[in-house]
Amino acid sequence: MDWGAIFNNAAVELVSPTTAAYALAALGLAVHFGYTGLLNFGQAGFMALGAYGYAISILTFGFPVWGAFLVGVGASVVFALILGIPTLRLRADYLAIVTIAAAEIVRLLFTTNTFAAVTGSANGLSGYKNEFAALNPLADGSYGFGPFTNNAYDTWLRIVAWSIVILAALLVWQVMRSPWGRVIKGIREDEDAVRALGKNVYAYKMQSLIFGGVLGTIAGMIFALPRAVVPSNYQTTLTFFIYAILLLGGAATVLGPIIGSMIFWVLLSFFSGFIARAVEAGWLPFMTAIQGGQLRFILVGVAIMLIVIFRPQGIFGNKKELAFVR
Amino acid sequence: MSASAGLDSAAPLEPPVPTQKPIKTTGLHIGEAEPGCRKVDPILVVDNVRRTFGGLTAVDVDHVEVPRGAITALIGPNGAGKTTLFNLLTGFDKPDDGKWTFDGRSLAGVPAYKVARMGQIRTFQLTKALGLLTVMDNMLLGAKGQTGENMFRALMPFLWRNQEEENRAKALDLLTRFKLDTKKDDYAASLSGGQRKLLEMARALMSDPTLVMLDEPMAGVNPALTQSLLDHILNLKSQGMTVLFVEHDMHMVRHIADWVIVMAEGKVVAEGDPHEVMKNPAVIDAYLGQHHDEDIGEDPGTETENVSAIKELLDDER
Ligand SMILES: Nc1ncnc2c1ncn2[C@@H]1O[C@H](COP(=O)(O)OP(=O)(O)OP(=O)(O)O)[C@@H](O)[C@H]1O
Ligand SMILES: [Mg+2]
Repeated sequence: MDWGAIFNNAAVELVSPTTAAYALAALGLAVHFGYTGLLNFGQAGFMALGAYGYAISILTFGFPVWGAFLVGVGASVVFALILGIPTLRLRADYLAIVTIAAAEIVRLLFTTNTFAAVTGSANGLSGYKNEFAALNPLADGSYGFGPFTNNAYDTWLRIVAWSIVILAALLVWQVMRSPWGRVIKGIREDEDAVRALGKNVYAYKMQSLIFGGVLGTIAGMIFALPRAVVPSNYQTTLTFFIYAILLLGGAATVLGPIIGSMIFWVLLSFFSGFIARAVEAGWLPFMTAIQGGQLRFILVGVAIMLIVIFRPQGIFGNKKELAFVR
Repeated sequence: MSASAGLDSAAPLEPPVPTQKPIKTTGLHIGEAEPGCRKVDPILVVDNVRRTFGGLTAVDVDHVEVPRGAITALIGPNGAGKTTLFNLLTGFDKPDDGKWTFDGRSLAGVPAYKVARMGQIRTFQLTKALGLLTVMDNMLLGAKGQTGENMFRALMPFLWRNQEEENRAKALDLLTRFKLDTKKDDYAASLSGGQRKLLEMARALMSDPTLVMLDEPMAGVNPALTQSLLDHILNLKSQGMTVLFVEHDMHMVRHIADWVIVMAEGKVVAEGDPHEVMKNPAVIDAYLGQHHDEDIGEDPGTETENVSAIKELLDDER
């Protein structure tokens, strides 16, 4: 068995743009769920709006990169307002129901044939990368070392993706240690108490929903750049993977979503490489290669369960908090 | 002598007495002390506020005024509608109809957070400490007009750092007064029930309110702490604040209240000076029901909680 290749492929995932995208989306969920206590089960919808907003702006309207970026962000602000206005005054579970349904509506709207000319229907969209590649200041050639060696475009993409993640992490860290963050965390604990102290809870929840949603949207754009935009990528399972990453790293932390995403993708790549080769080598005679591909998710699930059982606060979560979980 | 007999013969526990002698404010009302009577200087005026839950009328107050700069107690048996009235007056619940003014401004339809910003701050019967925030953060949350509570200004700490330090000093001062300063870095969830009551009250004071509405501030607080709580409430008055509080402990009511409003079945049934109002037959009715037996309370075996409450009311030795 080629362990070198397995580890090499796993290491590649450590800094891949997809890992960055998941980290950013999980950071958005940390703002929603970890800090504010908002149960957003529609993060995949925010990501889809980012990916499609960016791709459609470039392909259909010929926008520059920054214009396409702003369209995606604008779309997610509108989406957050539509979700939040009717539900944020209600109990927390209503938001969960509405977000999960709204994200599916978004995905189905992008899938339906009615708008195929713009959305590409089930086949999705591709061919929107040139504009981003044109901004690349790096000369052609290969950069990096070992498993982290990439061509100029991929290196550029990684630099941009991780810069955005770092910037977003600093942003979240700063607002959460400010008085604004104190109100947000207070709302998570008991919104009536915060209301009784003269804070406009509804407005704060809306700001949080928009903030975390925009992070998810930008994550959707990063997610789209190394691949095509396909509607089936934005199913509810995507949201659940991001929740898994968040809980793995620690819900009300800044580093948790980032390290959580790295662990998730490295494990996923490791298991998929391992199983594929094990099937090839005849170690798993009862299994086809396709079944092996499914097995990796089971193994990742087990690994995450183990971490959550033995470290329920997540990797970066505060152990003390657990003593008071109701 | 058996142990139980020893217990029986022990002197009854003395009710807590505030360490400072309360200075009662008098001359608050105009005319007879009757339900809905006018006050010389009312801070809160309630008119025809009604709230029903299905067929049940929880609150039906025709008219009531709360005097400014005094300590007013709102009493009444369980289910009288005291908490519901609090919720209505602070914007946490909406009445079927009615209007009320605070400091001359109409509050009907004003959301809870705006009511609080106007200086009418409440606490809750079921304490709402923010468990996974530290005691200090709980306190800081109470401060009004914080620059850093704006999302964009939050990104620029130099804009709010000074204000934060001032608030921190003020919070520490309040925490010291409430004997919670040693707990300031602990999670509020680690406090005892009584300490949470204290924290909630201290937190409410962070905003320098004009009217403090306390829903059963003493419930679950041990007698030693009760004493200091009584002092705190008296202090609020000497600092110029108005206090409206709900309380079941009649000793406490008698000791610190300048005025008492009695509710029963959603209505204000009596008002008056704490010593006088307890003798009002309407109050006795409220606690015992309309058709109470003439000679109840004679036989200790049949003594219900309401009867002992009434005995407490009438027991005017102090
Ligand atoms: N949300 C609600 N839904 C239905 N009924 C309610 C609701 N809130 C209060 N009630 C009813 O309204 C009445 C008044 O309740 P409230 O809590 O105001 O009493 P209270 O005077 O505060 O009593 P206590 O001294 O026990 O705290 C009760 O009969 C109660 O059952
Ligand atoms: Mg009550």
